[in-house]
Amino acid sequence: MSSTAVIDWAKGAAHAFAGIKQRGISMLPFRHAGITRFQETGLPTTKDEDWRFTSLKPFIELPFEIMIESGSQTIDQSAIGDIAFSQHDTDRLVFVDGNISSELSQISEQSEGVIVSNLASASPAIENKIGNLSSEDQNPFIALNDAFFTDGAWIHIPANSTLSKPVHIVFLYTAIKAGQASHIRNLIIAETNAKGTIIESHITLGQAAASTNVVTETQLGDGSNIEHIKLQDQSSLAIHFASLHSKLGGNSCYAFHSFALGAQLSRNNLRMDLTKPGIECTLNGLYMTRSRQLADHHMIVNHAAPHCDSHEYFNGILDDQSRGVFHGRILVDSEAQKTDAKQTNKNLILSDNATVNSKPQLEIYADDVKCTHGATIGELDNEAIFYLRARGLDAQTARRMLMHGFTGEIVERIQQNDIRDELNELVWSRLENEHHLN
Amino acid sequence: MSASTDTIDNFVASDYKYGFTTDIESESLEPGLNEDVIRFISAKKHEPEWLLEWRLKAFRHFEKMENPSWPHVKYPPVNFQEISYYSAPKKKGDGPKSLDEVDPKLLETYEKLGVPLHERARLAGVAVDAVFDSESIGTTFKEDLAKAGVIFCPISEAVREHPELVRKYIGTVVPYTDNYYSALNSAVFSDGSFVYIPKGTRCPMELSTYFRINAANTGQFERTLIVAEESSHVSYLEGCTAPMRDENQLHAAVVELVALDNAEIKYSTVQNWYPGDEEGRGGIYNFVTKRGMCKTNAKISWTQVETGSAITWKYPSVILKGDNSVGEFYSIALTNKAQQADTGTKMIHIGKNTRSTIISKGISAGRGQNSYRGLVQVGKKAVNARNFSQCDSLLIGNKCGAHTFPYIEAKNPTASIEHEATTSKIGEDQIFYCNQRGLETQDAVNMIVNGFCKEVFRELPMEFAVEAQKLLDVSLEGSVG
Repeated sequence: MSSTAVIDWAKGAAHAFAGIKQRGISMLPFRHAGITRFQETGLPTTKDEDWRFTSLKPFIELPFEIMIESGSQTIDQSAIGDIAFSQHDTDRLVFVDGNISSELSQISEQSEGVIVSNLASASPAIENKIGNLSSEDQNPFIALNDAFFTDGAWIHIPANSTLSKPVHIVFLYTAIKAGQASHIRNLIIAETNAKGTIIESHITLGQAAASTNVVTETQLGDGSNIEHIKLQDQSSLAIHFASLHSKLGGNSCYAFHSFALGAQLSRNNLRMDLTKPGIECTLNGLYMTRSRQLADHHMIVNHAAPHCDSHEYFNGILDDQSRGVFHGRILVDSEAQKTDAKQTNKNLILSDNATVNSKPQLEIYADDVKCTHGATIGELDNEAIFYLRARGLDAQTARRMLMHGFTGEIVERIQQNDIRDELNELVWSRLENEHHLN
Repeated sequence: MSASTDTIDNFVASDYKYGFTTDIESESLEPGLNEDVIRFISAKKHEPEWLLEWRLKAFRHFEKMENPSWPHVKYPPVNFQEISYYSAPKKKGDGPKSLDEVDPKLLETYEKLGVPLHERARLAGVAVDAVFDSESIGTTFKEDLAKAGVIFCPISEAVREHPELVRKYIGTVVPYTDNYYSALNSAVFSDGSFVYIPKGTRCPMELSTYFRINAANTGQFERTLIVAEESSHVSYLEGCTAPMRDENQLHAAVVELVALDNAEIKYSTVQNWYPGDEEGRGGIYNFVTKRGMCKTNAKISWTQVETGSAITWKYPSVILKGDNSVGEFYSIALTNKAQQADTGTKMIHIGKNTRSTIISKGISAGRGQNSYRGLVQVGKKAVNARNFSQCDSLLIGNKCGAHTFPYIEAKNPTASIEHEATTSKIGEDQIFYCNQRGLETQDAVNMIVNGFCKEVFRELPMEFAVEAQKLLDVSLEGSVG
């Protein structure tokens, strides 16, 4: 991006800022700080190490129009019925273009003190909790989100409480004009020994090259246990930026599963802060891309306390001219003795024109640790195919079986049984219908 | 193991035994970097006009570049105006005609370093080119090699005697535009070795260059060029040491390897520049660009043992341009005291059926910081390219760091790339086991470290392997409390 383009872009953003001001006066200083930070940094280019393989060109070429209100499209309950996981017994928070839809949402009775709601309804009481985990990050998309976020989920599980049902947060996008941009902010706080499952879906209903910028902050208390499943299944025109910032308490357990199936350009920034001992943190993900899609996962797991385990497993299947980008950095502070960190990134290339860029990194300053990482890129193992064929399977079935195993590795780490089964089917039907399996 | 146990006793007192200086009258250029300096060096070497032009072009390019900041190392900026770019022992008249006429003090220096230059004293089968500061002082076994058609001489001599060869290949693998230090080297390089192996020839002996920095406030900018014609084979060794000084000295070398069809080059380095003291004072900044180009069916193998230097910044690479070509990289990098190393390799797969192997062993002790940084790139046309990388780190103590920054890029579905990395420490139970069997803790550590590095030692030529093993033991001396 040339410097003049950055300036033009920033001007557009400043203009949009005038619109968001009506959203309440108390957040204004926070929003101002965000826009100022954004104006200082501008958008990253491929010269920035963190964005080296992910060009923002498709995003920059679009106009930038902040969506403050939901689009005019009416959505009825039947549209919700078509969405993955909607048939399961969950509580449902539905957001349309970054604003809560109370007609479509459905929240059951919760145990005392548990809040499953939207941010806007709870302000200004919780405003001082927003940005605590994310604001230090230099990512310009966080600065943009600080300035322009409209609404998002607010989930609070008090000490020793459990979510009565999994919470399904559905984000629907109805943008009809290219360049419309939704900014969403989620805040999840689980106190000591709290438990729960949270599912996050991003679905496009409109047909425009619109963008989404989601920032999620999760704060886990000591001994808490949260499973967080994210399905990004937006249209092939959509652009998806997401940033997840988690601070984990002692002996807590956090599992995050990312399924990146849609969007022409998607970027998931995952930042895990392990500042107390005994944490178990799992980041698990699958990306499947085709045509000109690009899926980027960029994570930093910061081990700052001893006796923590972190596991990152990311598998990708790439078809056509698509591109998969993986950046994983495990940072082990000199305090973080007895760390057990594992990171793998496996990629399966199905076409002659797909590209994989993988950067699995370890940065270790403590000596009594067990850290490993591995990355593979290639096609299906011919010997494995041979093995199956020797047992009477035809080549096609053998390939499918192996591929199913490849995606299954990731899917099976989901603990919630019914959700796992549905995702398994969803992933498989996508592969069968849209990828060149043979 | 007995060899390394011996060395422990020998070296308890001093940890860097090559830290002496040779008191010899030398001819040095005033510190400073400008076009006149480059003209002076070029004139001193009686270089042809085209080479001077090339140097000047490189210098102009260098002035436009910025010092790279991406390596994972920290050091105060280098002031290029404070360095003398030329220093050589003073010669009488036209200089020595043969090794017999070389100043005995110089010969003594190399004797002390364990590299006697008298052919009779030398292990048969290894020819040595000795580079002292900016000049080569002599090359052994020149005649024997000439009989086989092998050219092995200082590069400044090659420029005069074989200009057509040098001109054809210099800068083709590492162009002066490649990076900051390759531009600097192209502008001011002083000496280095030139090797040419004719078609179908297997070089009759190991070739070796021994680099010694002696003068203070100088930098060493050597340039090595090895050309292996079709179906030839050569094994080349390189060793380096420098005196102990409180200020940092810069060593910015460029090594280019050209392996034509079916040729094989094996390049081994034992780098033992002065690493600086416990506090990180002094030591060599080792900023080196090494790269080889493989044509069809050719093979280039890099083996390195990096124990010295305050800061190492080096990525011996192979461009696998020809079909079926093979690249290998075996590395041991040890950082102790306040040393920092950012080293690794690049394997660029362009041709079909190209293969590469990367084995990197990093050992961090004291306050050392050790990073592996590598790139494996498989281009669109590299059908059936194969790569296997393994990067293991060993940590000794909790003040050091071990880091891995691999970059993996594939554009071909038939490529198969595997990367593995592990980080571990020497277990107390391992040490206990050895202690129980009567081994001292330090010996136990040495034994475990040697086992950890075994895969790389195996790749070194025999005499080097022994030396490298001893070197590791010495460098680890005192790291276990």
